[in-house]
Amino acid sequence: MLEQRIIRNLQQTLGKEHVSTDKADLICYSYDATQQQFLPDVVIYPATAEEVALVMKLANAENIPVFPRGAGSGFTGGSLPTRGGIVLSTERMNRILEIDSENLVATVEPGVVTEQFQKAVEKLGLFYPPDPASLKFSTLGGNVAECAGGPRCVKYGVTKDFIIGLEVVTPTGDIITTGGPTMKGVVGYDLTKLICGSEGTLGIITRIVIKLLPLPEAKKTMLVLFDSIDGAARAVSTIIGHKIIPTTLEFMDGRTLDCVRQATDLEVPEGARAVLIIEVDGDREFLAKQVQKIQQLIQPLGVVETRTAETPEESEALWQIRRSVSASLRKVNPDKFNEDICVPRSKVPEMIRKVDAIAEKYQIPIVNFGHAGDGNIHVNVMIDKKVPGELERAHKAIEEVFRGALELGGTMSGEHGVGIAKAPYIPLEISEKAADYMKTIKKALDPNNILNPGKIFLD
Amino acid sequence: MAKLKNLEDYREEIEQCVKCGACRAHCPVFGAERREGRVARGKVALSKAVLDGEIGLEEKVLEDLSQCLLCGSCCAGCPNKVPTEEIVAAARRKIAEQRGLSSFGKGVAAILGRPKLMNTLAKTGGRFSALLFRKLPENSGLRLRFPAPYLESGRTLPPLTARPFRERCPERIEGKEGMPTVAFFTGCGINYMYPEIGEAFLRALKFLGVTVIIPKDQACCGLPAVSAGAGTVVEQLAEQNLAALTHEPVDYVLTACASCNAGIGKIYADLGGDYQQLAAKTRDIFVFLVEMGLPERLAELPKKGGVRTRVTYHDPCHLRTRGITKEPRAILKSLPQVEFVEMEDAATCCGLGGTYSVYHYENSKRIGAKKAGHIEESGAELVATDCPGCIMQLQDSINHAGGSQRAVHILELLNEALPKE
Repeated sequence: MLEQRIIRNLQQTLGKEHVSTDKADLICYSYDATQQQFLPDVVIYPATAEEVALVMKLANAENIPVFPRGAGSGFTGGSLPTRGGIVLSTERMNRILEIDSENLVATVEPGVVTEQFQKAVEKLGLFYPPDPASLKFSTLGGNVAECAGGPRCVKYGVTKDFIIGLEVVTPTGDIITTGGPTMKGVVGYDLTKLICGSEGTLGIITRIVIKLLPLPEAKKTMLVLFDSIDGAARAVSTIIGHKIIPTTLEFMDGRTLDCVRQATDLEVPEGARAVLIIEVDGDREFLAKQVQKIQQLIQPLGVVETRTAETPEESEALWQIRRSVSASLRKVNPDKFNEDICVPRSKVPEMIRKVDAIAEKYQIPIVNFGHAGDGNIHVNVMIDKKVPGELERAHKAIEEVFRGALELGGTMSGEHGVGIAKAPYIPLEISEKAADYMKTIKKALDPNNILNPGKIFLD
Repeated sequence: MAKLKNLEDYREEIEQCVKCGACRAHCPVFGAERREGRVARGKVALSKAVLDGEIGLEEKVLEDLSQCLLCGSCCAGCPNKVPTEEIVAAARRKIAEQRGLSSFGKGVAAILGRPKLMNTLAKTGGRFSALLFRKLPENSGLRLRFPAPYLESGRTLPPLTARPFRERCPERIEGKEGMPTVAFFTGCGINYMYPEIGEAFLRALKFLGVTVIIPKDQACCGLPAVSAGAGTVVEQLAEQNLAALTHEPVDYVLTACASCNAGIGKIYADLGGDYQQLAAKTRDIFVFLVEMGLPERLAELPKKGGVRTRVTYHDPCHLRTRGITKEPRAILKSLPQVEFVEMEDAATCCGLGGTYSVYHYENSKRIGAKKAGHIEESGAELVATDCPGCIMQLQDSINHAGGSQRAVHILELLNEALPKE
């Protein structure tokens, strides 16, 4: 519990209605998509960088942990108030400040919802490609802090590839800017890239400068059913080997298709054991040619069926198979661990075989789907927590999955980050020296360890 | 009497919430007031905390739970289909049981629970409405058709009718042989505020030759009582409506109000038994008209020349969340005098939410203002819908935005298209 004088201080800084110690609010800001719960002592809703800076100064003086939070939709607990203290919500900082069509740059506050930003720029013929699955509700601040990915990253890159400048409140309460609205800039260390993906441990993002692209004229979607995951994986490497980079190359494995078959009335032929959703974008004339070429290239690789969409509605119908996965998984088991390992794309089939063997070994259903184009596999370990021993078996299986990915030259997180969920596994991937290097940075910037403590690394 | 489920009965559904946050994209209240307590995920978390005894029914919990339109948008957009609107309604019943109904809730319960009183009050209101809602000349420039101060809130309301719809029409209108027999569940909006929609309904069914029964002793569907947490009143009304709608055999029970459709089509289904059978017979008017081939019949009518009116459609939540989106559009598109245009976010709530707009008019207005903006951007002259409640709210929102559009029921437009008798 925080002392009353601290609460009063916060109220003076932010205004009474923007500071809450109501139990109901503490409960509402105690969770994220990991389903773990930690009650904060107070929830605050600042509106400006200056207010955030004053809060950080107070927190430093009083040694109170501060946990920045966007939409609270993370999968690894990055925004959870694991040590009580202050939850700092960015929900009020939600303005799009500028969209500069001439320079293809936009400036936004961190609480702007990703899809709303995308719609706003698309109205002007511009394009912000990063598209995490949560884009309809996650915030840009959260996306930057976690360096979110998504299906389109295979062609365009992840969030950090579009962030060229930031305004950040440091853990000690200073306001700094990094980078800026120019396409080039090599003065000093690249703090923008350091903050992107730092999971809210090095600073609180209060403003974001974003690089935009021209909106592609059109897109075309293909859904290709294969008789094996190897066929689908070879299709990916064949397409890319022929110097074609589609906008998305999404895959679902045989187990995922079994779930979809059981839970929906979408038509999936029996012989299909893997699916690729291939989308290409660009000039209309060029697209038709590209689709034709892709079809020719992949036809010998065990294609069971190809469906091509000509209109946005048809395209949406094809994506429906992918969108139905989440709900269909619940038919397998009620509880889910959604891991997001990433391996070199040629290793996807090998990784899937490893995961299948792990599922067999621990007798736990594991369903794989994800972004084949960049080797990012969503490994969904499906359990029923109420069944004795399942949770323990799941944790063992997950550790083996991580080890398997690392053996293939991969990583244990492609887009969800570390948070608290993967912190125990950090030594598997990062050497002690590299981890020390990172911790030195954290210590230098946050000497009292009050900004999002206990995330990424176990203290 | 059949019983509605308690909050305790929803534990399994509550535990299905995986806290992903998807509801944040769909909740209109959250859109107006970005706080976690206002969104489905927060309300589900609070309901769970109440069930687990971690928090009591204290003021902030009541406030958050009152901030729900019961529109069901969250459930439609939820990967696990957690029925937050049912959970919130059950939580409100629990609150009412433990702390009593709110003063407004008491009023709702008293009026709805006594249909005769409701009739008398409505008629009295109707007689005085010329005074209460002084009508400005059309060319006054204000374009506020009914500038009545509503609870001093500035809400504009249509006048109540001096003669309710059900008193104007016979209880049975014979159709052609071999055609189905239907019961018309008019609902309060059509009966007391928009009798012209009821008349348009009868004309459309007469055109097809359907036999229509309009039971005089039908009552409110009970949805406002669900919203207020008045569980017993809901159960009473369901019992009365079951009796009224089943004393003559009918093939279907038709509604021309989205809320009534959800009331007797969904809430009653949850009550099981005979109620469920009644719910299974319930059809939205446009679903029925499409099944009866009305669009094809309209296409056969001789084409009239002249300028077509640009019309857009607003999806009432209580139809959209039940999967009824194509049929109303199909009818609209088949009307010769209509040029249909889709507006942005046609499927988001207008902000009425029944009693919600009385408790939280400011938020209701904010939600409505977005809608009015989308109507304006669509370039439509009329916004058509399938729910008297939405019509009221849409017109109020347009009036506040200073727009010139009119909100109408699709049946009114259909009425214009049908051949004159």
